[in-house]
Amino acid sequence: MGRFWAFLFLLVPILGVGLFLVAADESSRPLLNHWFPVDISEYGYVIDDLFMAILWMTGIVFVATEICLVWFMMRYDRSRNSQPVKFTHGSHTLEVVWTILPAATLLFIAIYQMNAWANTKIRRPDEPGLTVEVVARQFEWRLRYPGKDGEFDTPDDIYHVNDLHVPVDEDILVRLKSQDVLHSFFLPNLRVKQDAVPGMDIPVWFKAKKNGAYDLVCAELCGWGHYKMRGRLTVQSRADFDQWLDELDREGQRRESEALASSELE
Amino acid sequence: MMSTTAEGYLTPDHAHSGHSEPGFISKYVFSLDHKIIGLQFLFSTLIWFLIGGLLALAIRWQLAWPWTEMPIFGNAFAAQGGQMPPEFYTMLFTMHATVMIFFVIIPILAGAFGNFLIPLMIGADDMAFPTLNMLSYWFMWPAFLCIGSSFFVEGGAAAAGWTSYPTLSVQEAAAPGSGTGQTLWLLGVTFVGISSMMGSINYMTTIIAMRAPGMSMFRLPLTIWSMFITAVLQAFALPVLTAAGFMQILDRSVGTGFFIPEGNIVNNSVAAAGGGQPLLWQHLFWFYSHPAVYIMILPAMGMVSDMISCFARKPIFGYKPMVYSISGIAGLGFIVWGHHMFVSGMNPYLGMTFMTATMMIALPSAIKVFNWLGTLWGGKIIYSTSMLFALSFVSMFIIGGLSGIFMAATPVDIFIHDTYFIVAHFHYVLFSGTAMAVFGAIYYWFPKMFGRMMNEFWGKIHFFLTFIFLNGTFFPMHILGIVGFPRRLADPYHYETFQHLVGMNQFMTYCAFGMVATQIIFAANFIGSIFFGKPSGRNPWGANGLEWAAPSPPGHGNFDFQPVVYRGPYEYGHPEVETDNYPQIQPPPQEPQPA
Repeated sequence: MGRFWAFLFLLVPILGVGLFLVAADESSRPLLNHWFPVDISEYGYVIDDLFMAILWMTGIVFVATEICLVWFMMRYDRSRNSQPVKFTHGSHTLEVVWTILPAATLLFIAIYQMNAWANTKIRRPDEPGLTVEVVARQFEWRLRYPGKDGEFDTPDDIYHVNDLHVPVDEDILVRLKSQDVLHSFFLPNLRVKQDAVPGMDIPVWFKAKKNGAYDLVCAELCGWGHYKMRGRLTVQSRADFDQWLDELDREGQRRESEALASSELE
Repeated sequence: MMSTTAEGYLTPDHAHSGHSEPGFISKYVFSLDHKIIGLQFLFSTLIWFLIGGLLALAIRWQLAWPWTEMPIFGNAFAAQGGQMPPEFYTMLFTMHATVMIFFVIIPILAGAFGNFLIPLMIGADDMAFPTLNMLSYWFMWPAFLCIGSSFFVEGGAAAAGWTSYPTLSVQEAAAPGSGTGQTLWLLGVTFVGISSMMGSINYMTTIIAMRAPGMSMFRLPLTIWSMFITAVLQAFALPVLTAAGFMQILDRSVGTGFFIPEGNIVNNSVAAAGGGQPLLWQHLFWFYSHPAVYIMILPAMGMVSDMISCFARKPIFGYKPMVYSISGIAGLGFIVWGHHMFVSGMNPYLGMTFMTATMMIALPSAIKVFNWLGTLWGGKIIYSTSMLFALSFVSMFIIGGLSGIFMAATPVDIFIHDTYFIVAHFHYVLFSGTAMAVFGAIYYWFPKMFGRMMNEFWGKIHFFLTFIFLNGTFFPMHILGIVGFPRRLADPYHYETFQHLVGMNQFMTYCAFGMVATQIIFAANFIGSIFFGKPSGRNPWGANGLEWAAPSPPGHGNFDFQPVVYRGPYEYGHPEVETDNYPQIQPPPQEPQPA
């Protein structure tokens, strides 16, 4: 039976690696788009590359240890191994080797990635092309653009909901807030994720490199309607963006004056 | 109950000579006997295991066929056309995790196996504090009642995730389950904490003070070492969770504001108090719950070590490195909690510190895997059911351990945080790891618990199907995570990015149903074997540990002789003796007298 069980365990590395290969292959029909969503950001590739680097390292360790396990299961099956048991309590040398090698590898990964982390969470862009405030609440994203003067809390602030537009190829700085509970601002195509915390004003930045419309996902449980807290991100040229913002502004002013007029009528 | 002589030891039959036969209630219900208490824990946790599994199936149903009528469960929602409402879904995953973590994994490892095995394996006649031990079981019942009844209160059970992050969990208006359900949840978890604390004090004292003559610390089986370290972890980490739980109860009921920022408005209702910090809860919660992750795996590692050594008929490879790595995991376990909070808004510089510590904690786990492989090398492996479960623990733990490195890497975690990659990781550690080890341990120690063997044929069928289905259920989660598929969404297909993933989810749900159905085989084998299993005798596996020298099942006081220990528990295939095992109690052969 040892062979049978060894074969069963052999399926783990074979099917495991197989599934990853099929999923990563962009041309495979059965698992189309079962890999990273399209990356449209300036620095997202760093995250993807780091993931791939770790995937290779862990993949090699995974296959090696699983094959080793399967090999021992076959080789040292009681019914096939006529040799007496190797009576040993361990090996100091081996322990040292398999402590130092993984320790060095892990330390390498740890240090290697610090720069990427600093770029995404510590080194904020000095002069962002656009600053936008995103206030999350159950279950929508409230957006505020600073208007022509470039400052918040002035009369020309422009408000909008769920439909975030940003210009392409510019540093975007999001001031992320929450009004009620935790939410998380997740742009899968930009590899951006940051929790929104009530009482905190958290800076998030990214640069989109490709026009289009993408999902804005809430990735932190925020109540019964968490699943439907869906926003959209539209990346467009600077001209289109300015035009869109202008229209939004005019529409907002029109609605405001209508509201004013109706309140005066009362 | 226990008394000690000047030498510190007393033979059990002597100690209990004055006892009369206890009645049914004091023997099986309010028992002071560690074995009965262990079995009480075992039966309770197995029943909750079933409940937790059914909750998981309901989650899987919604992910495979969202908003369709669910069989059986669907009757509860006749008003909604049999559909599960989204708030019910949030309650499902909250309670699935709560039940599995607080009512199954922690109590089955420490409560059931810790209780049953510690005195037997160290050669004691019972725990140091039998009454405390009994209370540690009976304090689970208020917890069972709190959590169980919370399903039926207005608004339903807690639905803020098992992590209970404020402000969702502290402001009643935030969610239907954040009313009475959340208060009951907090009370329930607190009772579990009291129970664990009483257990851990008892385990530490017993292991330190009540070892049989000759049982030095470095002759303890690794099961006991891991139970010991686990008890230390619990004793030091639990107070923080208990305090945090009370702070949350105060925020909810008295009007304090530990976790609520100034003027926080949820669903048009203003918080009574403010000035607090939602992140404070996350720090306190994970300061307990990260060590708790190791509370949920270390005893499994210990038991697996015992099974592998026994069925490879070979000493454990690197006993002391194993002990040191258990200790290393426990020590580092206290300084890695921040890795749950990389995208929480915590200071990003702090993230770097936690990342480095987290990378380092992978090291002792790696050392353990290499030592298990080293134990198999050159052995003579017997493929019993428990050995298969133990080997699958190693195979699956490799996956769960390696996938942890991805999320330890902070930039990668930005993308995979709160996705199914995380879900894959902890299910590989907790189900494919711990639960498989627990199955193995049940097959292994069942003869000692009940004096009868479990059926090996059906045991192997159970193993085979569980192994296939668990991988079918959990492995594709890695791929979902790479696409960014978020956890805790009642309908992820709402998003364009994830619409095409429904097929893979349906496949996983089929496997999950298969996995739960397979456990019927286990339940039948378990219950049937209690009554009809083949009588096992004292030592059916030819093992070395002290527990196998006691009768099966051991009577009150455990040993019918005073055990004296001559060596460590893993001396299989020792050249000094002809048999392939060399029990701890067997005296060494007489030195030939010089002529």
